[in-house]
Amino acid sequence: MLISESDLSAIWLTLRLATTVTLLLLLIGTPLALWLANTRSRLKGPLSALITLPLVLPPTVLGFYLLLFMGPNGPLGQLTTSLGLGTLAFTFWGLVIASLLYSLPFVVQPIQNAFAAQGTHPAEVAATLRASPWNTFWHVRLPLAKPGIVTATVLGFAHTVGEFGVVLMIGGNIPGETRVVSVQIYDHVEALEYAQAHWLSAAMVIFSFSVLLALYLVQQRRQTSAQAVVGLRYEP
Amino acid sequence: MLKACLIQLVNAPRRASVIRIPCKFLALWCVVAASIVRADEITIAVAANFATPMEAICQRFEQDTGHKVHLAVGSSGKFFAQIEHGAPFQAFFSADQAKPAQLERNGLTVPNSRFTYARGRLVLWSAAPEAVDATGNALKRGTYHKLAIANPKLAPYGAAAVETLKNLGLESSARKHLVQGENIAQTFQFVASGNAELGLVALSQVMRNGEIGSGSAWLVPETLYSPILQDAVILVPGRNSAALASFWEFVQSKPAQRIIESYGYASPHSAAQAR
Amino acid sequence: MSHNNTSNPQSGIFGRFQFGLPPATAKSDAHSFVLDAEFDLPGSGVTGIFGPSGSGKTTLLRCIAGLQHAPGATLRVNGETWQHGRQSLPTHKRPIGFVFQQPSLFPHLSAKGNLDFACRRARTQPAQATINDIIDLMGIGHLLQRNSTQLSGGEQQRIAIARALLIQPRLLLMDEPLSALDNARKQEILPYLETLHRTLDIPVLYVTHSADELARLADHLVVLDNGKITASGPATELMSRADFPVPLGDDIGVLLQTTVREIDHQWQLARADFDGGAIWLRDHGDAIGTDIRLRILARDVSLSRSPTEDTSILNRLPVQVQEISDDRDSAMALITLGAIGEVDRASSNPENAEPDRGTNALLARITRRSLAHLQLKRGDQVWAQIKSVAIAR
Repeated sequence: MLISESDLSAIWLTLRLATTVTLLLLLIGTPLALWLANTRSRLKGPLSALITLPLVLPPTVLGFYLLLFMGPNGPLGQLTTSLGLGTLAFTFWGLVIASLLYSLPFVVQPIQNAFAAQGTHPAEVAATLRASPWNTFWHVRLPLAKPGIVTATVLGFAHTVGEFGVVLMIGGNIPGETRVVSVQIYDHVEALEYAQAHWLSAAMVIFSFSVLLALYLVQQRRQTSAQAVVGLRYEP
Repeated sequence: MLKACLIQLVNAPRRASVIRIPCKFLALWCVVAASIVRADEITIAVAANFATPMEAICQRFEQDTGHKVHLAVGSSGKFFAQIEHGAPFQAFFSADQAKPAQLERNGLTVPNSRFTYARGRLVLWSAAPEAVDATGNALKRGTYHKLAIANPKLAPYGAAAVETLKNLGLESSARKHLVQGENIAQTFQFVASGNAELGLVALSQVMRNGEIGSGSAWLVPETLYSPILQDAVILVPGRNSAALASFWEFVQSKPAQRIIESYGYASPHSAAQAR
Repeated sequence: MSHNNTSNPQSGIFGRFQFGLPPATAKSDAHSFVLDAEFDLPGSGVTGIFGPSGSGKTTLLRCIAGLQHAPGATLRVNGETWQHGRQSLPTHKRPIGFVFQQPSLFPHLSAKGNLDFACRRARTQPAQATINDIIDLMGIGHLLQRNSTQLSGGEQQRIAIARALLIQPRLLLMDEPLSALDNARKQEILPYLETLHRTLDIPVLYVTHSADELARLADHLVVLDNGKITASGPATELMSRADFPVPLGDDIGVLLQTTVREIDHQWQLARADFDGGAIWLRDHGDAIGTDIRLRILARDVSLSRSPTEDTSILNRLPVQVQEISDDRDSAMALITLGAIGEVDRASSNPENAEPDRGTNALLARITRRSLAHLQLKRGDQVWAQIKSVAIAR
């Protein structure tokens, strides 16, 4: 078996990171997506652009600025230091923060699209059925946005698993803490350990393919209910 | 590719004699054009840590000879893999000795072209002005949070850093404070941004015009680690280049050696004495 | 289903809406839409809100529901202030039921899930008997386990109406609930609505652009045009006017409030009496004493100078010509007819008698050529032959 103990540790760390990041992203991304889908605020444009930025920026740019931002002279670094947490670079939670930024567009956009596709009608119907906005959110808007949320979860998770550049920039390659699978593969390749690189890379390819395939299959199955959602969309 | 094209052009007319003359003319033109290009321009792959002195050397060389040198800067490991797969570099300045030697064994180099062009020096460095004293006590006290080193598996400076820690008896106490950069450039960035208080980096990274540019540093004695020798080699595509031959001569000359030393590398010749 | 509540100041729906909509949300895209409507509607019965499309019917209903932001508006419903000054109850705190134009079931819930959604949020949890009654009323018992996406448009709308009722509203708002359905579906739902309106003891505001639905359902009528109320009054009165503010075309006619007084079992006919006479129609099994509303379209009424006996037409009423007016079709004329009972009053002072276009008149739509041929003028007594009578309720 060519999967070494450090490979397994990298896999386990990667799964832990991706799970943490995905859960936090859903927590942050869902309200953000709802606001973006509904608002006519002037801030919508700038905020959307900001969230989408990691999609187009090279990860190295994000990693470089995060390194400065989290450092002892950076604003976040000074904040965490004053809270007695030390600096976040080279820590698991530093990676979590970086991944949150990096994967945010992948989570916000599908959910935002799902909310936007609902239009205002379902929420209006719910309001006439005495459901408060909060109640409407939980019992109407969120269930109707489920396909978007599933997509967002899968993409957020998969994207965090596949993250490399940012981790490389701020991770410090600490086993069990910041050495994720993608970095481990990079190290194998750089060290000319091609066989081990093959094993891990193939695992990544299979994982990513299975995840995306599952997503598409689920989406196909949901097409009928998606049409129903569109049918409910109606502007008087 | 050009060669393949020529062979085709020369061979083809045997079957179609009518177009032999224009084809021969074209072939001749190609040979002339190709030789002009090869005489004037050379392409060299350079390990990232040596990029800055190399640029200075090339600038001087271009002024003196009128040739043009194209530099590809990157990690030695990547260049090695690319050369193995037919990358058209004419010469390779590696960050270590192992990769040029391996290329030589694989028959991808021009025999007897390999030489040691520089010897790297390891330095304990901090971005803070007085964090490191002249005796390296900062390392031994162990009061720091993070010590950045290059990945020892990939970077010669990383291997040297681990060796140094081992020889100082600090390997186990330092382990939980270690953060690794994928290469020496990234390691330097960790320290420069303050995310790691200390780092074992290359002297060439902190030295400007013969002195430490900023922060504080302790030059690690060369007795604590095996010499970091960096070899260069001419690759098969550079076999017949006159320009490269003259560059090879220049880079081993005294003026070039002075440039290399001004960037914090030791002379390779004294390296032989050190061992 | 009387809406004569003027004696009780706590009863009635009073509203004043005056505001403009920006072009983006107004239906007309050329200029912004202005709603300028003040109304005082009965606190019970069905009030039809009628008008051409784009006249602001839906906007008015959405304002009453609180779905449309209406700055500076006032709204009081049966003694409760829903909106005044800067105070405005949010939609979910208004005791309304709302039936939308489009079937609006939640697709992630089954039919029963949709009903439960309402039951859980009702002002008071409806008793199982009430739930069963409503389910029976709308005839949806067999549909409950279905996924809402598997239901036809008509079935979905019936569930949606039941859902709006289960919330136990004090005001039911219906926004063209039949307009998205084809004719067969409309005929499927209308009987349910008629039963509903007979059994419901809460006021209903019913937006429609169909005169037929109005005739069958509305007790009271509000006519909107271009954001303004152009007429308001009892449906039978308003709908019998030759100068109804909105062109009805072939749908113009009268509504008669009648009572069944005689059943002829041999010929299966029933006699329905009204102030100005009696109409024979097919016996639909209504008991003697039942109030029924008849709709007689103007195009189904012809006039003759003499009481022709040799005709298949069953209903011939002696009437008096009260007014001759133009029809939209220049070849036709509209004749307003008073029942003969009123003739004496009208003829006693023919010079300044303002012809009574109140209740229980007939409208006849005849060609101008016939008008000239019969030499009809105001005050003439003629026979009206009624070719067809529809029971509106």
